[in-house]
Amino acid sequence: MSKLDSKIPAGPIKDKWTNHKNNINLVNPANKRLIDVIVVGTGLAGGAAAASLAEMGYNVKAFAYQDSPRRAHSIAAQGGINAAKNYQNDGDSTYRLFYDTVKGGDYRAREANVYRLAEVSASIIDQCVAQGVPFARDYGGLLDNRSFGGVLVSRTFYAKGQTGQQLLLGAYSAMNRQIAKGKIAMYNRHEMLDVVLVDGKARGIIARDLITGKIERHSAHAVVIATGGYGNVFFLSTNAMGSNVTAAWKIHKKGAYFANPCYTQIHPTCIPRSGDHQSKLTLMSESLRNDGRIWVPKHMKDVEAIRKGTLKPTQLAEGDRDYYLERRYPAFGNLVPRDVASRAAKERCDAGYGVNATGEAVYLDFAAAYVRYGKEKAHITGLHNPSDEKILELGRAVIESKYGNLFQMYEKIVDENPYMTPMMIYPAVHYTMGGIWVDYNLQTTIPGCYAAGEANFSDHGANRLGASALMQGLADGYFVLPYTIGDYLANEIRTGAIPTDSPEFDAAEKNVTDTITKMMNIKGTKSVDHFHKRLGKIMWNNVGMARNIKGLKEAMAEIQQIRKEFWSDLRIPGTANSMNAELEKAGRVADFLELGELFAKDALDRNESCGGHFREESQTEEGEALRNDNDYAYVSAWEYKGEPADAILHKEELTFNDIELKQRSYK
Amino acid sequence: MSSNNDMNLLLKIWRQPDAQTKGELVDYNVTGISPDSSFLEMLDVLNEQLVTKGEDPVVFDHDCREGICGMCSLFINGEAHGPGKSITTCQLHMRSFKDGDTIYIEPFRATAMPVIKDLVVDRTSMEKIQQAGGYVSINTSGNTQDANALPIPKADADAAFDAATCIGCGACIATCKNASAMLFLSAKVSQFALLPQGKVEGAERVKNMVRVMDEEGFGNCTNTGACEVECPKGISLDNIARMNREYLSASLAD
Amino acid sequence: MSPLKGFFNSSVARKFWMAITGLFLVTFLLVHLAVNLVMFAGQDAFNLATHFMATNPLIQVMQYVLAAGFIVHIWMGIKLTLQNRAARPIKYAYENAAASSTWASRNMIYSGGLVLVFLVIHMRNFFYHMKFTENVGTYNLDGVVMHNDFELVTGLFGIWYYVVIYVLAFIALGLHLNHGFQSAFQSAGWKNSNWKGLMQTMGTAFSAIIAVGFSAIAIYFFFNPAQ
Repeated sequence: MSKLDSKIPAGPIKDKWTNHKNNINLVNPANKRLIDVIVVGTGLAGGAAAASLAEMGYNVKAFAYQDSPRRAHSIAAQGGINAAKNYQNDGDSTYRLFYDTVKGGDYRAREANVYRLAEVSASIIDQCVAQGVPFARDYGGLLDNRSFGGVLVSRTFYAKGQTGQQLLLGAYSAMNRQIAKGKIAMYNRHEMLDVVLVDGKARGIIARDLITGKIERHSAHAVVIATGGYGNVFFLSTNAMGSNVTAAWKIHKKGAYFANPCYTQIHPTCIPRSGDHQSKLTLMSESLRNDGRIWVPKHMKDVEAIRKGTLKPTQLAEGDRDYYLERRYPAFGNLVPRDVASRAAKERCDAGYGVNATGEAVYLDFAAAYVRYGKEKAHITGLHNPSDEKILELGRAVIESKYGNLFQMYEKIVDENPYMTPMMIYPAVHYTMGGIWVDYNLQTTIPGCYAAGEANFSDHGANRLGASALMQGLADGYFVLPYTIGDYLANEIRTGAIPTDSPEFDAAEKNVTDTITKMMNIKGTKSVDHFHKRLGKIMWNNVGMARNIKGLKEAMAEIQQIRKEFWSDLRIPGTANSMNAELEKAGRVADFLELGELFAKDALDRNESCGGHFREESQTEEGEALRNDNDYAYVSAWEYKGEPADAILHKEELTFNDIELKQRSYK
Repeated sequence: MSSNNDMNLLLKIWRQPDAQTKGELVDYNVTGISPDSSFLEMLDVLNEQLVTKGEDPVVFDHDCREGICGMCSLFINGEAHGPGKSITTCQLHMRSFKDGDTIYIEPFRATAMPVIKDLVVDRTSMEKIQQAGGYVSINTSGNTQDANALPIPKADADAAFDAATCIGCGACIATCKNASAMLFLSAKVSQFALLPQGKVEGAERVKNMVRVMDEEGFGNCTNTGACEVECPKGISLDNIARMNREYLSASLAD
Repeated sequence: MSPLKGFFNSSVARKFWMAITGLFLVTFLLVHLAVNLVMFAGQDAFNLATHFMATNPLIQVMQYVLAAGFIVHIWMGIKLTLQNRAARPIKYAYENAAASSTWASRNMIYSGGLVLVFLVIHMRNFFYHMKFTENVGTYNLDGVVMHNDFELVTGLFGIWYYVVIYVLAFIALGLHLNHGFQSAFQSAGWKNSNWKGLMQTMGTAFSAIIAVGFSAIAIYFFFNPAQ
């Protein structure tokens, strides 16, 4: 029944990509000028792909819902980008990066894809430096590295806490060069609302001009979806307000399988929610866990006193604190992978030990680091017998030089000085490993339709390691897709320009306008946010950090109910033929309301715990995640059949030839 | 979670249905605003009220809500991104205001940044400046030289980074009494002027970018320094001096 | 692009010429102040100094350069201001400009305009008489006959409203220079963080010297009329 062909090239893993590149079809330069490619989304993956494809000679049309490609949410990535350069001479290699990524993904990623990712990682750094990306450097003028959670080498390149910004501006600058040349036609403030299939192949899109409301037809020989992840299905996440699943969901409805929707990364170090007014959550780089110790009070009376404000966290004696990560995972301590750290925080807060008014916060405490660094600094500067105060002062300065921007950000939001009192953190939805199913060439199950970056499912398995998202986005955009798409386009050189007045375009446009009209005409009583918040709450409570059969079934039923109410009681003021932010949101939430149910269905199907997916039914006696390789070593690829509940599961079995499957342990 | 600290405010918001129609300031009252909410969350509350009443909500640009995408704009009580230094509008919190305050909320204003609707402006002119030369002409190849083959002094790399942190929000233009884009432009010119990769085409870059800036109808820099003060990322005026230097020597060499 | 076009015709170039002419006018002010200060040395010395200024061939040539500098500076100032106004046709309803810049930096066209008005009065009262009319009495110094400019100047400095106008004009000029001096270095690209403070201080000191220097002379001779 399954028509899933991952198209993994034959041969040893280290030769697969090279051999594949040598054997796939090429398009000659003169013919490239006759071929159009649509790229939807202009973050790291989409921006890099658009620029590279245009450089190669294709005519690119790029689409962004923001007013500039530079504003895609890749810009918010803080920590860094991994690459197996081994500049630090600590034994790093392509194989180690490959191994760490597969292991970190809890053995649910496709080996061949991950190996290729590790292989091209070094080229990314070379390319970005050549573009003028100002990475951090040491005093010798060479590139600096930092280490990140879950690995044993320093392979993360960074630009202070703004690595994503600098990499995106690099891709954006490459795009600008092509826009100036006329090789990229940039459509800002446009949102893709459907894909158009002609003879089963992706031949264009229907997009809405968000300024005028005009529905436009755009044709091309291939369509690339690089629209990021769907974390906003939870309403509250670290994603941008506009981040959405719409483009991915529309192609899903036209035949692209959606893979592993339940794999969601909940990031442990986010600023806790402060109240019901909250519209989004803010992440603070995982690098903070290098120096911060995470704790909650040991005794309930102290928790209550802290919440009441009668006890300050700094007054609590060392012995009355529960450094629960160090207690549970002595080997990795505060540096356990993200999924483990997040679940442990939830466990303590569920047990009632949360330290703020909402009961959903734990401390991230730098006091020990102040002392450690302060003593070191005093020693270096030849200061003998420094006072405790002096040591703290020196230590705080060291921490400020390392994380100053994060501390400042925290203070702006929380209005507390994190140098003087421990930070409060809580996990938040951050990244979605799941996404559109793609083969080795990044092609979806729709011929001519590709997916890149966070929008696809391919490289991170069930959990993504820190600093790997930027790597994957740029690898897909700069170094994978531009080659593999040629294999398909080589057969399109005789196609000629694709007309937009075909019945297929007529039908797709009608479908879009009908949906918009239907939404505008509900004229109910509730705002879009009302439904989005309700969806988010169910997702967080039932399909969040811990999931069980009862909760998932409830979630599916409740989401169906919300969807029904959405389509009968939604209110969108204004008109469809002008700028209308409520209408934009409505379209996105309508898709989240369908995705959410599939998400829960996928979580229900996967009765094991792996990476970011934790099923309460599948845990060890100590409450640790228990993976089940015998029954679940597959990719779940869902085929759309009308209602999310009716989606059909296709399994891509995962085989591990180069890495031995092991149960992860960080104890 | 309402509390005693909640605020009631009078908002004077610029409403304008589209680019062609004349706009005006309209008064709105909002109540029960938590001091911990962000400025944009306060506008969310207002919009929720407006939608419930069936009125057109206020349109404003925003996206990441963590001060990095550069999407949010707003001229609040006479300042770009409102009171407070080194922040974007999305990082402004209501605790910066007092119960009973009147708050003026206007779009960024410049000939080169016309209003699209309400508080949303068109920053295409800034895009055009970037397209005129804000790049290094290098193709994706995978065969560029090794990243460490070209050491760059840390001081230069750091200064280039500082210039490169510009988020392209347009606050410099909005706050400049002349609506000049010099700080924005000079940040990009400086980033590349400080790095060996960017020096090669430095002269052409600065000339082309300045030419497009002039064509787009921005005003002239009169060195008031307001841009630097209001810039959420603290981009330095030094960049403008550096760009002037680059431009003058490049155009002298013609 | 035609050769050097960018050096004359662009926003950056206009600011450069604004800066260069401004700095040139700054040197003129210094010379002018030096000559004026000679008044304290008495009638002989001052008349000799103005006679030198009126007859030295180099100074005669520089007069035209100076005039050109004024014209370029004023013309550029007007042109830039008009362009700047066009760059924001719709004003903000509420603008808290003081939060981010100084009054002097925002109002160069007004401080400059006041100085220009004064300049016209000044030219009419002094320069015109000194150069083109015979209304000024003569003065014989060791056989050399020259204008008695000392008498002309002290005469005007005896009129209270003239002194008020004079002092106000130099306050305007001081404000103009306080921003203009350091701004010129920025526009010409000769500034960075290391020099910024020094240039600001120098600008402030210079503008104070000019404003106080010129005003002090007028005020002194108002209260101490020459016999």
